Amino acid sequence: MSVQEIPKELESHLKPPLLFGSGRGRVLTIFIMVLLFALPMLAWGMGNQFYLDFSSRIVCLAIAAVSLNLILGYGGLVSFGHAAFVGIGAYAVGIPAYHGYESAWLHFPLAMFAAALFALVTGAISLRTKGVYFIMITMAFAQMAYYFFLSLEEYGGDDGMTLWDRSDFGFIDISNKLTFFMLAYVLLAVCICLTFKIVHSRFGMVLRGCNSNEARMKALGYNTYAYRLTAYVISGAMCGLAGALIGNLQDFVTTDTMTWTRSGELMFMVILGGAGSLFGPVLGAIVFLLLEEILSAYTIHWHLPFGAFLIFCVLFVKGGMNGLVTRDWITGSKQGEK
Amino acid sequence: MSKTLLKVESLKKTFGGVVATDDVSFDVQLNEIHAVIGPNGAGKTTLITQLFGEQLPDAGSVFFQGENITRLATNKRSAKGLARSFQITSVFFDFSVLDNVALAVQAHKGHSFKFWQAATTEIELRQAAMDALHKVKLDKRASMKASELSHGERRQLEIAMALATNPVFLLLDEPMAGMGAEESASMFGLLKSLKEQRAILLVEHDMDVVFGLADRISVLVYGRLIATGTPDEIRRNPQVREAYLGEE
Ligand SMILES: Nc1ncnc2c1ncn2[C@@H]1O[C@H](COP(=O)(O)OP(=O)(O)OP(=O)(O)O)[C@@H](O)[C@H]1O
Ligand SMILES: [Mg+2]
Repeated sequence: MSVQEIPKELESHLKPPLLFGSGRGRVLTIFIMVLLFALPMLAWGMGNQFYLDFSSRIVCLAIAAVSLNLILGYGGLVSFGHAAFVGIGAYAVGIPAYHGYESAWLHFPLAMFAAALFALVTGAISLRTKGVYFIMITMAFAQMAYYFFLSLEEYGGDDGMTLWDRSDFGFIDISNKLTFFMLAYVLLAVCICLTFKIVHSRFGMVLRGCNSNEARMKALGYNTYAYRLTAYVISGAMCGLAGALIGNLQDFVTTDTMTWTRSGELMFMVILGGAGSLFGPVLGAIVFLLLEEILSAYTIHWHLPFGAFLIFCVLFVKGGMNGLVTRDWITGSKQGEK
Repeated sequence: MSKTLLKVESLKKTFGGVVATDDVSFDVQLNEIHAVIGPNGAGKTTLITQLFGEQLPDAGSVFFQGENITRLATNKRSAKGLARSFQITSVFFDFSVLDNVALAVQAHKGHSFKFWQAATTEIELRQAAMDALHKVKLDKRASMKASELSHGERRQLEIAMALATNPVFLLLDEPMAGMGAEESASMFGLLKSLKEQRAILLVEHDMDVVFGLADRISVLVYGRLIATGTPDEIRRNPQVREAYLGEE
């Protein structure tokens, strides 16, 4: 087979996208991702377990935020029910474990599948609505899931259920906190890479096009509903994975992980970090949890300054944390990665 | 023998008390540029949205190549070879100019449930998009963001995107509005060359363009078609002169 010849005038228009972007922010982004891995290891090496657990929480919630970012940031779909997928993922670990099925190879696929199925059914209905109605209906479905699990007396009801053993992977033991952290980090990296591939593919272009101008997408011949629903299902599955991790991390499965305020927190992480940017949700999760941790050490009324900070960021920091990281501080121009 | 591509029968559409489309019937032949003219608010844009399925008529039918498409979804009409441009520029402002057109090309190159290869590296898409940009003379702006284009250039992009879907039937809603004289002239030549093996329904306010390009003209006033005919017939029509061309 002959190699396809590239016409000269096209050469400059065939640039492959870069994982860490092409702007000044790439070094800083890589640095932060390395720190997110190295610092907890260092803390653990110095005998401080707390920071390892704390970092695991950041990483797990970052996966959930990355999944939400796919539909919220890139797809423009403001889903206010993402915590439901986290909860479903967690119960996909808790319920089989309760019945004596400990294998992670059951838990994790089940978590993703169940969350995807929930996304398919609720998305099929929600995506028929727009704007505020979409926000409300996704939240309503999440509340239904919440009350469903709350009513399961067998599985602890509102007391939740203790996970006596973490999911069993066979070749690795995630009841070891360090192993758990490394697994979570690897899965986060995989989710980021997958998102990277997806948003630059044909499918991703369609998803972003629907966000930018849905009427035009329809006029061009796209069945926008089908593409959005697919993105919703992918996002749900990814978030179910985060849920399975979070259940294991807490050694406890409860409906607290799926209240509507949790959905709000995930949205905050995405928007705070920079919706529609690849690493934004990770930065959002880091800043969100760090602030929560620091402020709550000073005062029990930490929600107040926290809320004020979030409002400030949303109003004044364009592009969120990712906007700050990728900003060219010398010329002042922003080099987003779109 | 000419072939009828589009046939509209007794189309009706009202918004509350406003009759936007009032018993409209006409047809468009292959290789024809059929202009629709009329004063502001006559219902020209509303007519296009009904032909393209973005709004559904209250009554009447639309046939495309003999098939009743009155209630067909917009994206399916596009698949059958219809395309439209918008009076108010409707593009992806946060995308590059080339990405805008490539997304239009992609819509008609199989399904887009492809999750792996970066779309910006697909030569097939980029080449076809570049060709469409050449046609409207916008190739020099390919890597600019659509939001950075001048008003006239946005209008050219609008047309390039409609062309990139490789349509049989083009619905153009005031394509020249806001273009400079030079851009306008080149668009004139482009539209003229496009009608071969196609048909165009052209809504336009510039009478020089309309009378210079159109094979037939339909005149719409308050939602009602008061005349359809060749440019000469329309020019001589007393009703049209009174209702619309009178002031000229
Ligand atoms: N969605 C709508 N709801 C209510 N009224 C509408 C709607 N769309 C159009 N109309 C009314 O229908 C009539 C026809 O509007 P339309 O936009 O089709 O006119 P037009 O011929 O395209 O005008 P122009 O030359 O200004 O573009 C107008 O009176 C307008 O106010
Ligand atoms: Mg109009």
